[in-house]
Amino acid sequence: MSSSVTNRRQRLTPLWLLLPALAVLVPMFAYPLYQLGLLSTFEYGQPQVSGGEPARFVGTGNFRTLFGDPTFWSVLNQTVLFAAGCVLVTLALGAALAVLMTRIGRVARTVLSFAALTAWAAPAMTGSVVWTFLFDSNLGLVNEVLGLDGYNWLYDRNVAFALVGAVVVWHSFPFVMITLYAGIQAVPGAVLEAAALDGASAFTTFRRVTAPILRPLITIVVIQSIIWDFKVFTQIYVMTRGGGIAGQNMVLNVYAYQKAFASAQYGLGSAIGIVMTVILLVVTLFYLRALRRTGEVL
Amino acid sequence: MRRRVADGVAILVALLTVFPIYWMVLSALKPTGEILSADPRPWTLHPTLDHFRSALGVSGFGRYFLNSVVVALAVVALSALIAFLAAVALTRYRFRTRTTILVLFLIAQMVPVEALSIPLFFQIRDLGRTVPGVGLNTLGSLILVQVAFSLPFAIWMLRGFVAAVPKEVEEAAIMDGASRFTILWRVLFPLIAPGLAATSVFSFILAWNDFLFAKTFIISATENQTLPAALLVFFKPDENDWGGIMAASTLMTIPVLVFFIFVRRRLVSGLGGAVKE
Repeated sequence: MSSSVTNRRQRLTPLWLLLPALAVLVPMFAYPLYQLGLLSTFEYGQPQVSGGEPARFVGTGNFRTLFGDPTFWSVLNQTVLFAAGCVLVTLALGAALAVLMTRIGRVARTVLSFAALTAWAAPAMTGSVVWTFLFDSNLGLVNEVLGLDGYNWLYDRNVAFALVGAVVVWHSFPFVMITLYAGIQAVPGAVLEAAALDGASAFTTFRRVTAPILRPLITIVVIQSIIWDFKVFTQIYVMTRGGGIAGQNMVLNVYAYQKAFASAQYGLGSAIGIVMTVILLVVTLFYLRALRRTGEVL
Repeated sequence: MRRRVADGVAILVALLTVFPIYWMVLSALKPTGEILSADPRPWTLHPTLDHFRSALGVSGFGRYFLNSVVVALAVVALSALIAFLAAVALTRYRFRTRTTILVLFLIAQMVPVEALSIPLFFQIRDLGRTVPGVGLNTLGSLILVQVAFSLPFAIWMLRGFVAAVPKEVEEAAIMDGASRFTILWRVLFPLIAPGLAATSVFSFILAWNDFLFAKTFIISATENQTLPAALLVFFKPDENDWGGIMAASTLMTIPVLVFFIFVRRRLVSGLGGAVKE
């Protein structure tokens, strides 16, 4: 076998291996993304869907409508605040409990990790309905225990957001906790012993030894948290019945969905989707840059 | 002493964490009278399976359950297979577009799936006109979409596990005369099993939890609905059937719990494995 044939085969092999992935991702991911961009430039409503009228090209019209609408800005604002709050609490709680896991006995550790597993495994839908039941104004346990008979937790915007946020954190802190704990466990004992022998303090050891080793994991955990919390849909949609009283608990995601499927303004909904995509892309790019700077190899 | 306090805190957190799930199962087993009582107790002396019976019988949850299982298993199997091949391509071979593809996969995870549901709705509708099995109102459409959305993360995560397998193992297999195919399936595949377990958990959860696409794609063929969207049937404008809702939620949670407990050890070692990358 001549070496050029081998080289050629070598070069083609990764292509064959990637082919199945591309066969699914191009039509189900890349193309719809392109279509989303296209749709956002059209007036596309019920008459256009049923084929009664042709789609009308409006260029940046949908975006102008959107940016001129104060509702959009308030939804954008509360989306960012809500997501940021969820991410911070999730990471803080998850990291603190991961450290706690290394300091406790076997029994307590097993109990905690099983409990966390339960919350993690519970589908978003399950979590949403169970918490809704717990906080139900009339039959809910929480109101009974606190003696708040008839108090509606969804009535106030911030209280409603806090309740949904609690469910989001409940669902997502286990991932952070278990992942970081697994990471800490995987740090070679010999390295830590060497640091101790060199007289490093616990804090220095963490900062100079443990944290750098954990960095790839922390990366995954932070990225995942941002992605999940910025795109919360089920919890808001189910718990606040589609966005809260008079839409007060709308986040961009639910807003886009409602505009498209409830009010049949598919063009406008797509424009909101584009805004969200751009925001998340900017976050990703910042993150990638930060990764590069710390010397992470992709 | 400090260990005691730490243990106590951990147990307390564990109890709080697990409480909503306990309350769900308990309420599913309570007779309706106790659920409606103004004095809820954290136990029941008269457990009943009535809510499960009505959920499975009257409301047809057996069917929805089966649909969810079919979709989730198909998504897990397909995405594990496809992600494995792609991860091998991206770790074992050096080619020009490799980094670009990796970055694209990372970015793909950022794209808001909810926004994509708008163009995908039209696409699935049109696709159904030529390929009946994957159009609106079919389980196929859900499988197709979920596989696509679970792939970028699965590939990204599996990459580390493939990289962790020493090249020498493959070289030894080549020396023994193994073909590429054999190396892939008989050597590499079993070695990255912990990684596959970890990624399967994510694909499984993604598919099992999907509410958005089930709600968007399954419009008239209610017999093809999956659990999360079907659960909304129990919510009534006047009075919610909490017993039924809790029974259905319990049915929906058990498979994931079982799956999690089943892969727990591998999951933890799998997640830890990403460090060794």
